[in-house]
Amino acid sequence: MSRHTLSVLVENKPGILARVASLFSRRGFNIDSLAVGTTEHPEISRMTIVVNVEDLPLEQVTKQLNKLVNVLKIVELDSATSVQRELVLIKVRADVETRSHVLETVQLFRAKVVDVATDAVTVEATGSRDKLEALIRVLEPFGIKELVQSGMVAIGRGPRSITDRSLRALDRSA
Amino acid sequence: MTERMTGAQALVRALESVGVDTVFGIPGGAILPAYDPLFDSRKLRHILVRHEQGAGHAAQGYAQATGRVGVCMATSGPGATNLVTPIADAYMDSVPIVAITGQVPSGAIGTDAFQEADISGITMPITKHNFLVTDPAEIGRTIAEAFHIAGTGRPGPVLVDISKDALQQTTDFTWPQPMQLPGYRPVTRPHSKQVREAARLIVESARPVLYVGGGVIKAKAAAELRVLAELTGAPVITTLMARGGFPDSHRQHLGMPGMHGTVAAVGALQRADLIIALGARFDDRVTGKLDSFAPSARIVHADIDPAEISKNRHADVPIVGDCRDVIADLIVAVQHEHESGRRGDYTAWWRVLDGLRRTYPLGYEHPADGSLAPQYVIERIGALAGPDALYVAGVGQHQMWAAQFIGYEQPGAFINSGGLGTMGFAVPAAMGAKAGRPDTLVWAIDGDGCFQMTNQELATCALEGIPIKVAVINNDSLGMVRQWQTLFYNERYSNTDLQSKRVPDFVKLAEAYGCVGLRCDQADDVDDTIRKAMEINDAPVVIDFVVHKDAMVWPMVAAGTSNDDIKIARDMAPDWENGD
Repeated sequence: MSRHTLSVLVENKPGILARVASLFSRRGFNIDSLAVGTTEHPEISRMTIVVNVEDLPLEQVTKQLNKLVNVLKIVELDSATSVQRELVLIKVRADVETRSHVLETVQLFRAKVVDVATDAVTVEATGSRDKLEALIRVLEPFGIKELVQSGMVAIGRGPRSITDRSLRALDRSA
Repeated sequence: MTERMTGAQALVRALESVGVDTVFGIPGGAILPAYDPLFDSRKLRHILVRHEQGAGHAAQGYAQATGRVGVCMATSGPGATNLVTPIADAYMDSVPIVAITGQVPSGAIGTDAFQEADISGITMPITKHNFLVTDPAEIGRTIAEAFHIAGTGRPGPVLVDISKDALQQTTDFTWPQPMQLPGYRPVTRPHSKQVREAARLIVESARPVLYVGGGVIKAKAAAELRVLAELTGAPVITTLMARGGFPDSHRQHLGMPGMHGTVAAVGALQRADLIIALGARFDDRVTGKLDSFAPSARIVHADIDPAEISKNRHADVPIVGDCRDVIADLIVAVQHEHESGRRGDYTAWWRVLDGLRRTYPLGYEHPADGSLAPQYVIERIGALAGPDALYVAGVGQHQMWAAQFIGYEQPGAFINSGGLGTMGFAVPAAMGAKAGRPDTLVWAIDGDGCFQMTNQELATCALEGIPIKVAVINNDSLGMVRQWQTLFYNERYSNTDLQSKRVPDFVKLAEAYGCVGLRCDQADDVDDTIRKAMEINDAPVVIDFVVHKDAMVWPMVAAGTSNDDIKIARDMAPDWENGD
């Protein structure tokens, strides 16, 4: 199995998230992470879906996704030619004894403390999956009380945009 | 031109404008506003069915008999959920239907209101697309889009769920409505390079097979297929969904492949060095155990749905396109090969295939106790009704015999539930087919199990003047399940004994529904009974053919086994080496 990152441009219509998610489960694919939001064009949403599959099933799931009427375009982004980022918020135990160590770690990872309480701090970090996993590993010994991660979002490097052509299709049909 | 009207009126006008002439349905609370303007429509005939499942299958039968999009209508909640089976059936068999359902008022959606069901959520995985409309201004455009999606590309079911308040409010209606489907662009024109490559493989191969699926019928490509077949000289096999897509009487036709296919068709696939799949999907009932399917064949796979290509079996030459365009282009490309002096020589191949065909023809035995052979009944219906009739089957043994023992010459002459395998399909689908083609003789070939699932639509047929013929092949049991119990469960007949030779009395049941009821249990009476049924044209006819209980469908590739292990009768395998 290998990880693949798919950028899926969809019409911003009700139910589209359910359509995409149910297609994955119906065809027997597990989604590692899914992030969705609007794009520079309000009528288009963009989903970044990370799946763990072989190449052949990936081709099948891409074709099935393409058949969804509200799906405009699917692009696979590989890590070499794209910027891939996740965000994590970690509530970590930090009392008088450990606080300075925790803060040191936060600085080393260029993360931020966004909330402080008497015996805990909340850390915000963005980065690649590898970096965030490393941060979590280092913070673990202090005691992680709560952790939340966004799905991955990704964008291709260079000047080209994957939304341009889809926008033209949208304009034509309007 | 813009007119002010209610959403319900807009719905009826939109249906009229897309060319609908027949709607199968049942009214109820949420869809009630739509039924008021429907009452006044001069262009729409609404056929009031007795169960929404009947409406859905009728829409399927109508669509398959006419080539147009079938329409069914139901209310919210249970009305809509009763459509789920026909919608799933239409999805599996790529039948273009539009289902229109009423929904509770938009303000009540999500509150578990009376007769509320999330039908767009429920049907998401079994529709090509679906819509939930809560704004009356969107009704016209949505109907235009629904019919376009259902009928183009790979056809399929589309559901339009409309909230009651959207039907009641007033709106501005204009026609035609511009569609907004930027993500829907089916590819119909095949890639010429791939077509040329396919033609090259055809003339270079020694053992090719044209594996023809339902896509050829959907694409109305039967005439082109015949030209291609005769040009290449390659053998043709037609799947359950493609029966009639190539004439059964044609010398190059080897019959149906698959679990109950002919030895020649199954053997041809297993021995082929090239399979040209046209609008077929390598279904498990055709391939048997997938990893031993056609081990030495290269695959040319043409389909309008790119997701079908290489889904089950890797395609060496993938061709995405409408089958008619693909075959037309293939003809030109093969002609070009021939003109350049490259032509396939299939003489040795035909020697093998003719041997298989001669040694292992389809057949059956008359029961020793003098009771009626079900295969004989079906064979005689086919012979007497002829190739211009439509034959509509349910699911099970009678369906397989109808696929085997009726000679199909016309594309679309056989209508059945292939992918989903829906028992109870025949009567309502035959009703829909007859409503769509009133001048065509329509025979439903049904089983006693199937018939009891949907025969309430006989009332609809009798009252609406839809004189279908129904042959109930009554073997007293759930025959196909019983066959599996015979073969794989030590003849332990758990819950397959329907006792339908005792209860109900199908003749009386037919009469109670305003139909003519006939019964036949002797081989000598079969022809006369069929003729009598065909003389009656002012009422539906039901014939209770009381047949032998233990007849089995052969040949058979048992589920999960290889096509190589096909049996021609119990524990009897073909002798492949001495076939010729």
